[in-house]
Amino acid sequence: MGLTFKDETFREDFTFFNSPAAIRRFPFPFPEDSYMYSVNMEPHVPGRPGSVFEKTFDVDEHYVAEMRERARVLAEDPLRCQSLPHMTLAGWDLLELIMEAKAREYPDWFSLQRDGNRWHWINRPLEIEQTFTFLDETTLPCGPMEYITRQTQGDFSLQDQRNDNLWMDAGMVTTQADWSLDFDLGMNFFEWHAPVPLAHEKQIFTRALKFLMNVQHGAPARRFNWTMTIDPLLDTSPENYPKWGPSRATLTPENVGRRMHLRVELQTFFRLPRSNALAFPIRCYLIRFEELATQPKWARRLHRVIRDLPDELAAYKGFLRNKPIMVDYLAQFDDGTPTSPGWWAD
Amino acid sequence: MSGGAAKIPVRVAEVTEVNALIRRIRFVRRDGGPMPAFSGGAHTVVEMDDHGTRRLNPYSLMGDPADTTGYSISVRRDDAGRGGSLYLHRHVVPGMDMVISHPVNLFALDLRAKKHLMIAGGIGITPFLAQIAQLAALGGRFELHYATRNPALCAYGDELTARYGGRVHLYHDDAGQMITLPALLAGQPLGTHLYVCGPKGMIRWVRSTADSAGWPRAAVHHEEFLAPPPGKAFDVTLAASGKTLTVGTHQSLLEAIEAAGVDAPYLCRGGACGQCETDVLGCDGTIRHNDHWLTEAQKASGQKIMPCVSRFEGRSLVLDR
Ligand code: HEM
Ligand code: FES
Repeated sequence: MGLTFKDETFREDFTFFNSPAAIRRFPFPFPEDSYMYSVNMEPHVPGRPGSVFEKTFDVDEHYVAEMRERARVLAEDPLRCQSLPHMTLAGWDLLELIMEAKAREYPDWFSLQRDGNRWHWINRPLEIEQTFTFLDETTLPCGPMEYITRQTQGDFSLQDQRNDNLWMDAGMVTTQADWSLDFDLGMNFFEWHAPVPLAHEKQIFTRALKFLMNVQHGAPARRFNWTMTIDPLLDTSPENYPKWGPSRATLTPENVGRRMHLRVELQTFFRLPRSNALAFPIRCYLIRFEELATQPKWARRLHRVIRDLPDELAAYKGFLRNKPIMVDYLAQFDDGTPTSPGWWAD
Repeated sequence: MSGGAAKIPVRVAEVTEVNALIRRIRFVRRDGGPMPAFSGGAHTVVEMDDHGTRRLNPYSLMGDPADTTGYSISVRRDDAGRGGSLYLHRHVVPGMDMVISHPVNLFALDLRAKKHLMIAGGIGITPFLAQIAQLAALGGRFELHYATRNPALCAYGDELTARYGGRVHLYHDDAGQMITLPALLAGQPLGTHLYVCGPKGMIRWVRSTADSAGWPRAAVHHEEFLAPPPGKAFDVTLAASGKTLTVGTHQSLLEAIEAAGVDAPYLCRGGACGQCETDVLGCDGTIRHNDHWLTEAQKASGQKIMPCVSRFEGRSLVLDR
């Protein structure tokens, strides 16, 4: 596979950037020129070759650097990874799902050999080789969820399903858009969504929950979410807010193109077979405004989306104060011509 | 309720007469691959083509959930039922090709429980067989109380007793043996969860006894099969495109519209996103609303339908599509 994993950082000197190929495959999340919350869910079936939907778990040029960043966050704050005791089985389910999918879809990089419960796993990009006994925690260096999510891009939460609700009872959360696993652990679907504006009134969460409780094994689903991040910082956590929050006051018309990033989450939903839990991988993709502007359709559309976004949403997503600078910058790319339907670049 | 679970093409590997009323059927994948693992309490929906009538019946998976070589179900012959069990008793033979769904669990263990107390009646034993296998492997604490008419109909009773000894209690109606439920419930440690599967009357009895003993609702679980999605064929007229088509038993209305070459919006295909909402221009019959999108008032008005999950029974349906 002709992909080199980049050596780059997501903090301090921020050397992260997207190659031209990564820009072209970026999951631009707006199918039309405006945005409002909706129950935007669809079956997670393989998409266009080369797109981020092609594989069950997309592995891209940022893989190795993102895993290194995760290890640093965990070293500083181990509570970013937690699993209540009854969720260990769900952790094994997740490990099996990811190992099977990666070994099948990226055979050059990953391999899994199963001999009964004796498993042999190889992760070439991270230079990991492990023989272990499936369902026996003592044969892994850490719990199964932690083990596999230290090797998989994106955050993960595992929901127990009981009493007609979903409960966030485990997770690995180091690349989040300003929410905290330590705070949300043990909450149900309505509780952890409480801070979201407008969506409750629109019945979005009652419908979404019914849909999710009905997600069945073998038929995963997906949706997009998005926000804005200054500098390519993966760990925009409440825990570290004092470190990154003040950067919001440093955005200028001169640096907005370089520093402002559209942050897109490809969220997927999988029913786990042994535990009946629901896995929720949240894969984060970052693209700086300058990179995005190389695709004329996206720049035109993003200008219209941000310009017309209700203030409640801009405030919740944390860019209300910078919205004028962003809109002014994006306006230079918008000549008023129509955009083609759908989110693919022209 | 959703667009339907993914399907598994299987072959019948074994048919075993367990007793006068119950037969066990074992399925393996036609391609020889492993079955998905499942969680104790899960069922599979077995598709049957019963001489032109399509039947979709859910049966609990009774094997060890960790055994992915095949799935076993136990079917009690129901001479008065809708016919699915009679079909499985009379027509299914080893070597036959069938289609079943991926496992779906509506009777899951609460893995936080300190102890699992299980009450089974008759064929209601089947989900517990899988749950017990799962708990035994995980080192979970359980106790089973299993009532049948007589020893001859006490399917799997001997195997359970042999393997789990004092954790299994058998009761035979013909011998006048009864589960002394109030005393049983009163003696449970804090953090016990109660599970019941059996005839409707038994479920009602266990739930109400637990209720009056002050058990929290969330600690009392019973198996509740969803009604199988109505699969009768029906006709629909698409006014805007001037077409009349038949929605087959195996199709959703949305699939039939797409198959007719008419572009229809959709996203989730599971009745939640609202994308496929369609105006009803004429309806002489009953719309079977299976979605989570329309409000109760909209459903009652009969002026909207969600074609990805909803169906129709009656004389004629005209849509603005
Ligand atoms: C198990 C599945 C899910 C989990 C674990 C989850 C978790 C979260 C969390 C932790 C937040 C941040 C809330 C905060 O401000 O603290 C959030 C935001 C949100 N969620 Fe979910 N969610 C799930 C599924 C869904 C689904 C299915 C939908 C809609 C169809 C949805 C819609 C939203 C929306 C609209 C926001 C606000 C996002 C923004 O504007 O940036 N979520 N979710
Ligand atoms: S396609 Fe989502 S409700 Fe029908």
